[in-house]
Amino acid sequence: MIPAVLRKYRLEIIFAVVVIVFAALFLYEQNVQSHAKWEGSDDQGSAAIEATGYTPWIQPLWTPPSDEVESLLFSIQAGIGAFVIGYFFGFYRGKRETAKLS
Amino acid sequence: MHIMEGYLPWQWCVFWYLVSAPFIIYGIYLLNKQVRERRETLSLLAVSGAFIFLLSSLKMPSPVVGSCSHPTGTGLSTILFGPIITAVLSLIVLIFQALFMAHGGITTLGANVFSMGIAGPLLGYAVYRVCKAVNLNIFVTVFLVTAVADLFTYVITSIELAAAFPAAHGGFMVSWMTFFAIYAITQIPLAILEGVLIALVFKYIIQSRADILVKLGVLSQEQVTKILGSFA
Repeated sequence: MIPAVLRKYRLEIIFAVVVIVFAALFLYEQNVQSHAKWEGSDDQGSAAIEATGYTPWIQPLWTPPSDEVESLLFSIQAGIGAFVIGYFFGFYRGKRETAKLS
Repeated sequence: MHIMEGYLPWQWCVFWYLVSAPFIIYGIYLLNKQVRERRETLSLLAVSGAFIFLLSSLKMPSPVVGSCSHPTGTGLSTILFGPIITAVLSLIVLIFQALFMAHGGITTLGANVFSMGIAGPLLGYAVYRVCKAVNLNIFVTVFLVTAVADLFTYVITSIELAAAFPAAHGGFMVSWMTFFAIYAITQIPLAILEGVLIALVFKYIIQSRADILVKLGVLSQEQVTKILGSFA
């Protein structure tokens, strides 16, 4: 029989295992395949298009001036998402706890 | 899956705008209806949109390939609200990224929303209906739908680019192989990880708001009772 705690948290355990395997593969790859540049696939795609001799016909209206500013904006995007998710899961939990009390 | 500003010839930009427009218009109609008539589902709509926001901002390394890409996050809203509403949620994220990060573009918006918001979620939804019909375990279902919606988005991006840039020798197929290797292969590990994550998140949603899931027709009351019992 599987212990109750493993049953209760089976999805969390599966997720943790997958994350660990993912990270381990990444570290292995990083050390073995030292030529890998870990570039974004979107940028590689753009490079492959440019390799055909194509030049973009229009530039973005505004481009972040540096990688730092760009990563800030991506972080803000993640933050907004995480805030909304956390807010509602906390709200649901609070509701459940209040329902238990009354 | 973002095709950058100016990286599609204008004819293709127009083409993908025309293809995506009906989905978006119908999606806005459905979204309005959802907001007006089923206000109790609004919080989960916000959470679904937030997952697209969060996951599509995470650039992650792809262990097998040695490059980086990002998940799409569209699986959850595909299951809860269907692919058409998901198209509108994706559009919001794509406009945000095009304007503020120069990631993607306004001219390529039609093509990007088609891959991320329409094609991926549509195939994901087809997978969902099949899983539901054969009564597959709900968490396996969520995993499959999410991973398929994610991966297929990148397959479509590679098709969009291959169609616009056929190789001088070998044409569409040769070009597709190039873009497929860049986009779709990188995406496989990420799609698996995203699928497992959303399956876990789905447990918390069942524990928090099973009432909404029943109303949306995702699960029946008996299924909810059984699932909750299995985590007791």
